[in-house]
Amino acid sequence: MNGEELTEQETALYDRQIRVWGADAQRRLSKSHILVYGMKGTVAEFCKNIVLAGVGSVTLMDDHAVTDSALSANFLILPDENLSHGKTLAEACCDSLKEFNPMVHVSVEKGDISTFGVEFFEKFDAVVISCCSLAKKKLINQKCRKLPKRISFYTVDCRGSCGEIFVDLKNYKYSKKKLEETIECQLEYPSFEDAIAAPWKALPKRVSKLYFGMRVIEQFEDIEGRNAGQTSIADLPGVLKLRKELCETNSVNESQVPDALLERLLIGTSEFPPVCAVIGGILGQEVIKAISGKGDPLKNFFFFDAMDGKGLIEDISKPRHS
Amino acid sequence: MVSEQLLSAIEGAKVLMVGAGGIGCELLKTLALSGFQDIHIIDIDTIEISNLNRQFLFRQSHVGQSKAKASTFTCIFLVARDAVLRFRPNISITPYHANIKESRFNVDFFKEFDVVLNGLDNLDARRHVNRLCLAAHVPLVESGTTGFLGQVTVHLKGETECYECHPKPAPKTYPVCTITSTPSKFVHCIVWAKELLFEKLFGNKNQENDLNVSSSDASNSSEHSEDVFECRIDEEIEQYGRRIYDHVFGLNIEVALSNKETWKNRNKPRPIYSKDVLSEKLTKQNGNTEKVSATDDVSAMSSLALKNPQVVWSLAENSRVFLESLRLFFLKRGKEIGNLTFDKDDQLAVEFVTAAANIRASSFGIPLHSLFEAKGIAGNIVHAVASTNAIIAGLIVIEAIKVLKRDNNNYRMTYCLEHPSRKLLLMPVEPYEPNQSCYVCSETSLSLEVNTHRSKLRDVVEKIVNARLGMNFPLLMLGATILYEVGEDLEEDMVAVYAANLEKALSELPSPVISGTVLTVEDLQQELKCCINIKHREEFDEKEHDGMLLSRWVEPPADKDGNKPIGNGESPSSVLPTEEILEGEKDVEIQETSEPTEMLQGRKENRPMFRKESVPIMLKKKGRSETDDVDLSDCTLMALTMSWQISAKVGVNCDIFLVGTVLSVFQSFGHNFGYGC
Repeated sequence: MNGEELTEQETALYDRQIRVWGADAQRRLSKSHILVYGMKGTVAEFCKNIVLAGVGSVTLMDDHAVTDSALSANFLILPDENLSHGKTLAEACCDSLKEFNPMVHVSVEKGDISTFGVEFFEKFDAVVISCCSLAKKKLINQKCRKLPKRISFYTVDCRGSCGEIFVDLKNYKYSKKKLEETIECQLEYPSFEDAIAAPWKALPKRVSKLYFGMRVIEQFEDIEGRNAGQTSIADLPGVLKLRKELCETNSVNESQVPDALLERLLIGTSEFPPVCAVIGGILGQEVIKAISGKGDPLKNFFFFDAMDGKGLIEDISKPRHS
Repeated sequence: MVSEQLLSAIEGAKVLMVGAGGIGCELLKTLALSGFQDIHIIDIDTIEISNLNRQFLFRQSHVGQSKAKASTFTCIFLVARDAVLRFRPNISITPYHANIKESRFNVDFFKEFDVVLNGLDNLDARRHVNRLCLAAHVPLVESGTTGFLGQVTVHLKGETECYECHPKPAPKTYPVCTITSTPSKFVHCIVWAKELLFEKLFGNKNQENDLNVSSSDASNSSEHSEDVFECRIDEEIEQYGRRIYDHVFGLNIEVALSNKETWKNRNKPRPIYSKDVLSEKLTKQNGNTEKVSATDDVSAMSSLALKNPQVVWSLAENSRVFLESLRLFFLKRGKEIGNLTFDKDDQLAVEFVTAAANIRASSFGIPLHSLFEAKGIAGNIVHAVASTNAIIAGLIVIEAIKVLKRDNNNYRMTYCLEHPSRKLLLMPVEPYEPNQSCYVCSETSLSLEVNTHRSKLRDVVEKIVNARLGMNFPLLMLGATILYEVGEDLEEDMVAVYAANLEKALSELPSPVISGTVLTVEDLQQELKCCINIKHREEFDEKEHDGMLLSRWVEPPADKDGNKPIGNGESPSSVLPTEEILEGEKDVEIQETSEPTEMLQGRKENRPMFRKESVPIMLKKKGRSETDDVDLSDCTLMALTMSWQISAKVGVNCDIFLVGTVLSVFQSFGHNFGYGC
């Protein structure tokens, strides 16, 4: 889209959503560039949502080959072998996404994201990563934060019937209308590393157990040198041991991280499509909000557990030193 | 992650989806990915371009095709066609391009399914499906979205509330005189432009039309107005256009002004004549008009080089659009005139209605609106985004799986909020037990106050049985006598009797319907039966425009005195059921869009949105609470609120959600968020 006005085509196509967030926001969306890493089911959902919303471009990264299991929750990958043969996950998804909205530029980037320099990220307005180890998450987050430009950074992970989204908008300023006035808001987000460094004891009592569960599994994978999601129920004894240690270190009761929850997280290495839809939807909204500058963004973790049906926000950060 | 047992329950399940729109697309995809294999979809719509922003199974090339068929094709291609993979067996998707109310979708049809999933956008269809699911004893998962808000609810006969246990607010209606004489809001002008003027000029001329009815004598002017709206022989279209303009915006206003009473406490409108707004020659100056070829989309905006639908036009520009769109209708679409109904996707119609509404607004000192805004109001457009539909679809499938598992204790009503409430963006609430006074799922009598000498059976059938009770194919009986029924195989002489009955006053029917009698109404397709106790009343006031009042019986709460005793002078202190007025007292004949902002003014935070029902004191929570940290009373209010909001529907006679309205809703909760458009 060139120029400042939405084209007739855009106005017609985006009519219903312009009525939600306005023409201005739509324009900003159409100029935005999103980087997406890790093309599993949840991320596929997310990509569909932002492509339909009319972002400027989406760059996909995932060099894994298409496999049967990848197809199970990822509707962007056509089951037809002829079409997906020899392609990477990113390439297979790219073609489908383009169809959803020809006005969005969808492309593939190859290579090891950990080796890309800071300047690679500069061209993006939002970066969404999934299927990443703890180390990789921290690394990419730091690179994004190093830039003077503000990049909206998100991690998303779904394990079985549970999902987690992390949001880092650095220093985010936005305005909103309160009755007749416009008020200026500012939010300061911690990096992923800083957020999870918050001592467990200092967190509010009712923080979602899922937060702790994910941290234990994350740590376990890190210590064992596993790839993200590379766990099974056989790891339970090791995980329980780690939980014990972490709880002791943090001076919290082990009941904060129930056995049953850890089991579910270990077993749930494949994604559950309805949860992908829910998490992908929430994430889509968040990115749209951050790009358009409209709407209160969530800060800074979102959890969903299909078992109790709750989708909740936790604000987790290191307590400030006075 | 899904157990073998569960997987086979999913694979063997037969699922009915009603509605293939925004939620429908997301739902079909998620169902297919989740392992469902036998899916049936019913949808009446064809695909429009504005669907493409969220109904991702459709492509530009599909526009015009039946939604049910198109989504099947693409879905199968995308997801289901996979004989090679072991764990993706063939999926069967059966589409029906039809209206859910058709008689073939009867109770037997519904009984075939393990669960029914609604992705509808109108209240009528939802009520209908609700009744069929109750009759067939099939679980129903209902849902709705508007912008960033959404909800999913589960309904099982006898175990939870049915969809109609709490009446959804009826569409907002406006008094006829507000529309014809004393508009004070832009929406009044839209209704006038759309339902009266557009209808008169381009619609069925034989239909009764309230145009030109003023507070003063109407009968003379209506004869005169017949002549006015007919194009005279040898009259140029442009001249005709100006004549209409001057009549409705000039002369009619002058006539209205002559009735001083009306304007005693109101701002007077000013008459507007075309010559004052536009110079005589102006219409000839638009060079573009001649360039409009037959193949172009016929549009006044194009022809006048007005590019941006978001800009508010001046009175002069609106006037030009008015005249130009009228001219183009006659010139390019003459054949359709006499048969047109307003369609929000008809660009020229939207332009005409916008212009007409704006000129009228200008006359009455009401702020003008852009075409974009006017279209939203006139078209009852519900704003929508893909992400919310995706979230809701995910939640629907989660509930559907619980239903298949018979996981009774875990059914949830889930609300998707835009602003978190106590950290929750997705708020699950336990379903409530059925409302004992619901006339749909629990056996409850109703009471109808009516003037039995004046009101005809037709009034009762149309206004009460069809409209209020939502029965499409009713049967009315008094005792053993059938007074009226609708059916396919009725004998001719009975049909004649019924036709005659319709025109009779209630008290003059073969079996007189008088005070104290009980009318039984049934819909055989919905398998719904209702008893209506008749009570004669002489006079009805202005608000009860129908001349009838339908109410229902509610068990009084223990600590209340019986409020209104019925009829025959029994003492107020005796334990009598109190009457509760049903929602949606219709003032008027013209139904149009809702302005929920009116309902919300003066409301404090957290008070529910319904007018009559506050906290549902009758309700008992089903089972024990698992969700400790969610305060259920707040959730109830939230739940009522949400269900009211979400059941806002698209369609001609329905509520709408304006961006501004959404703003007001948030304000009432103390959330403050503004979307400027």
